[in-house]
Amino acid sequence: MNAAALFLTVFVACAVEAVEALTIVLAAGLTRDWRSTFQGMTAALAVLAVVVAAVGPALTLFPLGVLRLVVGALLAVFGLMWLTKAILRASGYKGLHDEAGIYERQVAAARAAGTGGRHGVRDWYAFTLSFKGVLLEGLEVVFIAITFGDNQGNLPLAALAAAAAVLVIAGVGLAARAPLARVPENTMKFAVGVMLTSFGTFWGAEGAGVHWPGNDASLLVLIPAIAVVCLGYTTLLRRTRAVTPAADVPPQAAAATSADPARAGTTVPTTTTTGPTTGSLTSEEMPR
Amino acid sequence: MSRWLRSFGAFWYDFVVGDDWRGAAVVVLALALTALLVHTAAVNAWWLLPVGVVVALGWTLRHAIKAS
Repeated sequence: MNAAALFLTVFVACAVEAVEALTIVLAAGLTRDWRSTFQGMTAALAVLAVVVAAVGPALTLFPLGVLRLVVGALLAVFGLMWLTKAILRASGYKGLHDEAGIYERQVAAARAAGTGGRHGVRDWYAFTLSFKGVLLEGLEVVFIAITFGDNQGNLPLAALAAAAAVLVIAGVGLAARAPLARVPENTMKFAVGVMLTSFGTFWGAEGAGVHWPGNDASLLVLIPAIAVVCLGYTTLLRRTRAVTPAADVPPQAAAATSADPARAGTTVPTTTTTGPTTGSLTSEEMPR
Repeated sequence: MSRWLRSFGAFWYDFVVGDDWRGAAVVVLALALTALLVHTAAVNAWWLLPVGVVVALGWTLRHAIKAS
């Protein structure tokens, strides 16, 4: 993996996470209290800094083989989770990840929640919502940056890509003051899922002791092969879906079934503040 | 304290394993088999994990569709 590929992979993966964190922060800040929201965000970033400070040096204590085995397994599992959701969305079995819709539900929940402060924080709800969102999404950013950077022996470049992704998304989001619903999130998740699964498979197997035919060059076969398998699953599920009753199609699934993964997930940005009142993050809205 | 530990464990389980344990189980099993073949039978089983990943993906997709 050359430097450009490492940068691009980490950048795209972290951008997806940053988009999701931004949605939560905007919902908390615009409807509750910006000061408490920033306090929550700062607290989460401080926890993440501690995690990086603790995990980064600790990684160097493990033999490379053990590290690749563990990291490879985790990356492959992460990648499979991303791919499962991306394929289900692209084939129409699941509604597309809708940042605008998630934002509306967050806003409704934030407005319905009670007010009050604790521990010097003016609005505890805004604080915890922001803290939870940034910490959960941030953990994935940290994990991806550290694992890819460490395995490729270029941690500074991976950290730079992660920081660039977060800064770009935060800058665009704060300028627009709206969730970035135009970002083709499903496409990005599909691509990142393929990369995470491929590299997880490659490093995990190496950690288990195998020698890949062609060494690193085998990635040039492995990545397209996994992408083709995923596209095959998507096509198969679309065909299966076509024979099921239309009443079962979830919201937005029609758009997904008619679009390829490269287009699925594109919707119009909105600042609408109405929507169903749900609680905090559902499992669907959690980072992945 | 036990409630906090349970929440802490649940958080990390959800973070690492997610909604469906099948994918994680197949990956771990495939890696264990790979290591076993490499270190005990001297078989360079580079093909085993990719096959496991494809199977795991199909299994989790099938389960997700049935569940929906």
